Amino acid sequence: MCFDIALELVRGERRIACTIASDAKLVALTGPSGAGKTSVLDAIAGLLRPAHGHIRIGETVLFDSAQAIDLLPERRGAGYVFQDMRLFPHRRVGANLTYGQRDGSWITTDEVISLLDIGKLLDRWPATLSGGEARRVAIGRALLSSPDFLLLDEPLASLDQPRGEEILRLIERIRDELTIPILLVSHDPAEVARLTDVVAAIG
Amino acid sequence: MNFLTPTEWAILGLSLKVSLVAIGLTMPVAYALAWLLARRRFPGRMLLDALVHLPLVVPPVVTGWLLLVVFGRQGPVGSVLQDWFGLSLTFRWQGAALAASVMALPLMVRAMRLSIEAVDRRLVGAARSLGASRWRAFLTITLPLSLPGILAGAVLGFARSIGEFGATITFAANIPGETQTLPLAIYSGLQVPGMESDVARLAVLSIALSLLALLASEWLVRRHQGDRAHVL
Repeated sequence: MCFDIALELVRGERRIACTIASDAKLVALTGPSGAGKTSVLDAIAGLLRPAHGHIRIGETVLFDSAQAIDLLPERRGAGYVFQDMRLFPHRRVGANLTYGQRDGSWITTDEVISLLDIGKLLDRWPATLSGGEARRVAIGRALLSSPDFLLLDEPLASLDQPRGEEILRLIERIRDELTIPILLVSHDPAEVARLTDVVAAIG
Repeated sequence: MNFLTPTEWAILGLSLKVSLVAIGLTMPVAYALAWLLARRRFPGRMLLDALVHLPLVVPPVVTGWLLLVVFGRQGPVGSVLQDWFGLSLTFRWQGAALAASVMALPLMVRAMRLSIEAVDRRLVGAARSLGASRWRAFLTITLPLSLPGILAGAVLGFARSIGEFGATITFAANIPGETQTLPLAIYSGLQVPGMESDVARLAVLSIALSLLALLASEWLVRRHQGDRAHVL
């Protein structure tokens, strides 16, 4: 099974429950804004600890409250593309891209640069990038960390139509050309329908 | 270089030595305290915060007295230093440096803490998800992004210690050539009739030194921000 997730999160007064069990390579997680979609991604990446439940992706158990398994974020192999990108402001694009790079990566810098067409951006500072450029760099940075799976949080957020279309095509290419599972958070049914027919809903 | 007399050079040299040693030794301690106060929730955090700020609000002479009680020859720490290492801080320039360092600590912690709090914690989360250990995330994200606060803290601390008077004269006394820094020398000059011009020269020297420190910090901050002026 690609995704085997059942977890409950407590955020202040709120309880967020999420169950995903699927063999699909790309699963969409949908729900109204404020339902806690991002919190679920944070929990999968190890940035939030669920109250209980389990998170299994591919063959790896990332979290299991029953077995007291809770991998550190840096050991989970998540390629997390945040909704707000979170590029490091004090590193140029090139240094952002290679931040998580490790030996024996399944993808090379050149491959990522040509896949995302970001060769011209390498010497720029993140603050000078447009929304679409920053999104491509964030995706590239996540891919170069040689992740075991990708978490994409509203990848089309704050992009205009043509830019959004560009990123959408890119996600399709990643889905079809790379072999890693992708969990995508989106509130837009049209976007989801185009990428996958496997949908988990929360909220 | 004869625009200063040998005595004035000696006073200036001692002041710089005391302040630079004080700031150099205090920086790591101040940064660690600032990080704890900014990033960790633990029992006694409020108390630690209050203790760090104490030298800022207590009369300096009281801080000096507390240092005497703790680090004096009979004090709990002072007697250990004396017996084990043969090190005495009272009446020594090292004691003046300790007094300056304690007085500078609150200002340095405040400046560093503000800049650590200004570092977006989500960037640290991003670094962790990219495979960085806690320690690597600290070294590559938190530390460089809080650099402006480290510089500001160092300059504030330097200005504070170069002007330190009350705690120094109480703890380390006013010994020419050993603990008599610029403010203490000015004070001594004022006690003796006919020293007005010497006092004026030392006062101008003191102002020049503070101005230089200020300009140096401006330059450092500007150079640091340089071509990515948007950051922070």
